[in-house]
Amino acid sequence: MRFAILSFPGSSCDEDMVHAVLNIVGEGAEVVNHNQADLKSFDAVILPTGASFGDYLRPGALAQSSPAINSLKEFVKTGKPVLGVGNGFQILVEAGILPGAFLINKDLKFRSGNSTLNVENASTRFTAVYEEGQQITLPFAHHYGNYYVDKETAKQLKADGRIVFTYADDSHDGSVDGIAGVLNVQGNVLGMMPLPERAVEAIIGGTDGLPLFQSIIKNWSENNVSHA
Amino acid sequence: MSAMHEPTTQQIKDEKLYRQMGMTDEEFDRAVEMIGRLPNYTETGLFSAMWSEHCSYKSSKPILRRFPTEGERVLQGPGEGAGIVDIGDNQAAVFKMESHNSPSAIEPFIGAATGAGGIIRDVFSMGARPVALVNSMRFGDLSDARDRYLFEQAVAGIASYGNTIGIPTIAGEVQFDNCYSKRPLVNAMTVGLLNHEDIQKGLASGVGNTVIYAGAKTGRDGIHGATMSSTEVAVDKEAELPVMQAGDPFLEKLLMEACLELVKSDALIGIQDMGAAGLTSSAAEMASKAGFGVEMNLDLIPQREEGMTPYEMMLSESQERMLIVVKKGREQEIIDLFAKHNIEAVSVGVVTEDKMLRLKHKGETVAEILADTLAEDAPVYYKESKEPAYFSEFQAMENTEPVVTHLKETLTALLQRPTIASKEWVYNQFDTQARANTVVAPGSSAGVIRVRGTNKGLAMTADCNSRFIYLDPETGGKIAVAEATRNLICSGAEPIAATDCLNFGSPDKPEVFWQVEKSADGISEACRKLNAPIIGGNVSMSNEVNGVPVYPTPTMGMVGIVHDLSQVTTTAFKQAGDAIYVIGEAKTEFGGSELQQMVEGKIFGKVPAIDLDVEVARQKDLLKAIQSKLVQSATDLSEGGFAVALCEKAFDAQGLGAEVSIPGSSVTALFSETQSRFLVTVKDEHAEAFEKLVPDANRIGTVTATAEIVIKGEENTVLVEGTVEEFRSAWKGAIACLLNSEA
Repeated sequence: MRFAILSFPGSSCDEDMVHAVLNIVGEGAEVVNHNQADLKSFDAVILPTGASFGDYLRPGALAQSSPAINSLKEFVKTGKPVLGVGNGFQILVEAGILPGAFLINKDLKFRSGNSTLNVENASTRFTAVYEEGQQITLPFAHHYGNYYVDKETAKQLKADGRIVFTYADDSHDGSVDGIAGVLNVQGNVLGMMPLPERAVEAIIGGTDGLPLFQSIIKNWSENNVSHA
Repeated sequence: MSAMHEPTTQQIKDEKLYRQMGMTDEEFDRAVEMIGRLPNYTETGLFSAMWSEHCSYKSSKPILRRFPTEGERVLQGPGEGAGIVDIGDNQAAVFKMESHNSPSAIEPFIGAATGAGGIIRDVFSMGARPVALVNSMRFGDLSDARDRYLFEQAVAGIASYGNTIGIPTIAGEVQFDNCYSKRPLVNAMTVGLLNHEDIQKGLASGVGNTVIYAGAKTGRDGIHGATMSSTEVAVDKEAELPVMQAGDPFLEKLLMEACLELVKSDALIGIQDMGAAGLTSSAAEMASKAGFGVEMNLDLIPQREEGMTPYEMMLSESQERMLIVVKKGREQEIIDLFAKHNIEAVSVGVVTEDKMLRLKHKGETVAEILADTLAEDAPVYYKESKEPAYFSEFQAMENTEPVVTHLKETLTALLQRPTIASKEWVYNQFDTQARANTVVAPGSSAGVIRVRGTNKGLAMTADCNSRFIYLDPETGGKIAVAEATRNLICSGAEPIAATDCLNFGSPDKPEVFWQVEKSADGISEACRKLNAPIIGGNVSMSNEVNGVPVYPTPTMGMVGIVHDLSQVTTTAFKQAGDAIYVIGEAKTEFGGSELQQMVEGKIFGKVPAIDLDVEVARQKDLLKAIQSKLVQSATDLSEGGFAVALCEKAFDAQGLGAEVSIPGSSVTALFSETQSRFLVTVKDEHAEAFEKLVPDANRIGTVTATAEIVIKGEENTVLVEGTVEEFRSAWKGAIACLLNSEA
């Protein structure tokens, strides 16, 4: 499987994502620069975290006007998987690919650490290797991690099973209903603030992020086997 | 001011205008004599910046010569952007610590942020990829609103820069004492990694080669920052201060990636950050170090504002700028390389044979001075040194115990002291896990990162107990070094090299200079014994408010190598049933201790003694035991003594507690800050092997499965008993609580 790691100027954790996918999970991963983004040949796209364009204006606001976003939108239409973590989630929201908006953390400070999450929906292509209701621990690091959607949307997201992860502890930073990760309507785009690529090795941040990558690969192999 | 209205050479001399730039009459006369004529306004500015303490180390040079700077691993000692040590496998660690105290006293967010930005540039200008940040900060005790503001903003500033550029902050320390009220210390350290063949130096060599300017445009910010940082900040005269330079971590990220690509090019001759004294220091130092000259056309310098004079351009400390020398004819490919990263780069000059720093502006030569004269020929001052009256008084005092009536309440109060309390409030604002290599994040003895692609790790720490150094600078200097090495050892690392940040009051005060000298002697001796050569550092003098110097604070930054990541050890208890050992005996030593400050409201007397031979032996023994995998957890005993360390070992251990018995006078046993001591846990089945390797270890109790702390004294009397939770909540919330108080 070939992953494109879509990198914007300032996406400082693109290499961490390449390391996780290539060296640990063992699949193909290439950094694709935002201004030469031809994504068609890839099987999946990941938007890594970092501070694209220095987080100037609003996190993700400048990245969403980059030429890469048009090819990303085309890629989304093909139904192939797209994952945005941290700043990558913020970009997906700014680009209108995922619902909602990000506000500054409720205590106004940048915050990092480990959060305990509930896997709310284990039947998505991103979470099939987790157990439903499983609690996992993933690192996070953000200043604008306070996810906002209005009450109606939150209700709808829940009803549709599009809330994939929620915070099980007090590390939500004010996010509505403790939402930590959401899917698009088609179910092929996941955005999440916790950072699975920082939890793929026991010695670094644990291994609770691994099943997420394994789920994507499992789904891809199943589909490709059935096509074969 | 436009060049036309600049004072004439005669006016500069007659009206002593150089004094406004921080030059003394003697220094001006020296400059005149060396160039054989009166310097013009621009040239006077060049002299004043290059001959400031910050750039020339004119007062501290004789002291710095005492430090051991060589060792078998040292590839680059002091004198470049950062020092370099070999870590095996053709790799090297590159690091340095630097102060940004004066800017942080005025504008703490920007000041601290640019401090981090500057030291990051120093490291990547050596060709190294910055992989971790460490910081060391000092503030007033948070009872004053200005100090709370300085603390909150400085932390946010460092966080903002490091988080945005994507380098994890993995270790640090913060201490609080009112000697730092309104005069905080903000010291930042960056650690980088490179392969030996990528080592770069700041050299302008090869006649005809091209000087390229890359990065942010030059503005009128930070003019004379180097001079300012060498003088006392007058808090009531902010109007007179220059415009502070602001940092842009996003731009630095782009610049960093461009430079790390550049170092792979064979067109590159030399590269240096434009740090303190900006264009002046980078051009003069690169020429001087290489034995060549540099001629620059200032019309070509990218400028942010209109009508900038040569003086303003040369003295600006605008951030995120690099000066680069490339082979003649290869300019365009280098300019294109920077353009690819959205960084402006322009050819601004050439390397010359005549060793002059020559500046042209609008067709005229506006400065012409030998680069060596600026970079090497600053006066060296052998400052007067005088033992302060307090020292002999303190030395004559008997060691006594502070009067403590309730042991448990005292322990709880100590845990709430901001210097001892959890620094979570600080480090939770840092991205500690960016780059996905963090093995031990802040909160243990030292931070540890993995060296990707190997089974090695790098451990790092910053330490300095300035109260000890104030009371007895020589002993305190030794303790600062020993504490840093202890923190590395306790993490499973072998110390390999050190950097320092020497923060003192005005060196013109003989009593302050005595502190500088004595602490340097102590540091030098300890670095020699503990095999930690000093490979670079920074001097920050005149840290005073209203003429009162801060405590002498020579912060030690240290890096160690973990040879096998499975040997990484942390502070927290691991398992119920493990044996608890203390290494070293408590003596009645409270001079400069946290308990003394808390109970008496001041510090006095003799500091805890340190025998470096004992220190070396215990560190060696303990490291061997850790490397033999006999040790479950380890920490050294520092501020607050035994009882605080025991609690800290339980705070991060889910559901575990401790029951121990300690001999001797209870106040001394619980709270003394006697040196060279460690608290260690060992699996029962390894007890015998451990005791054989570490003869100074005494078994005092057991890790328990109930989250309670029970400390018994002689004849089984209970000295302290409480739940881990009650101690933890006191310790954990103290800093946030102090910040939220409106007192």
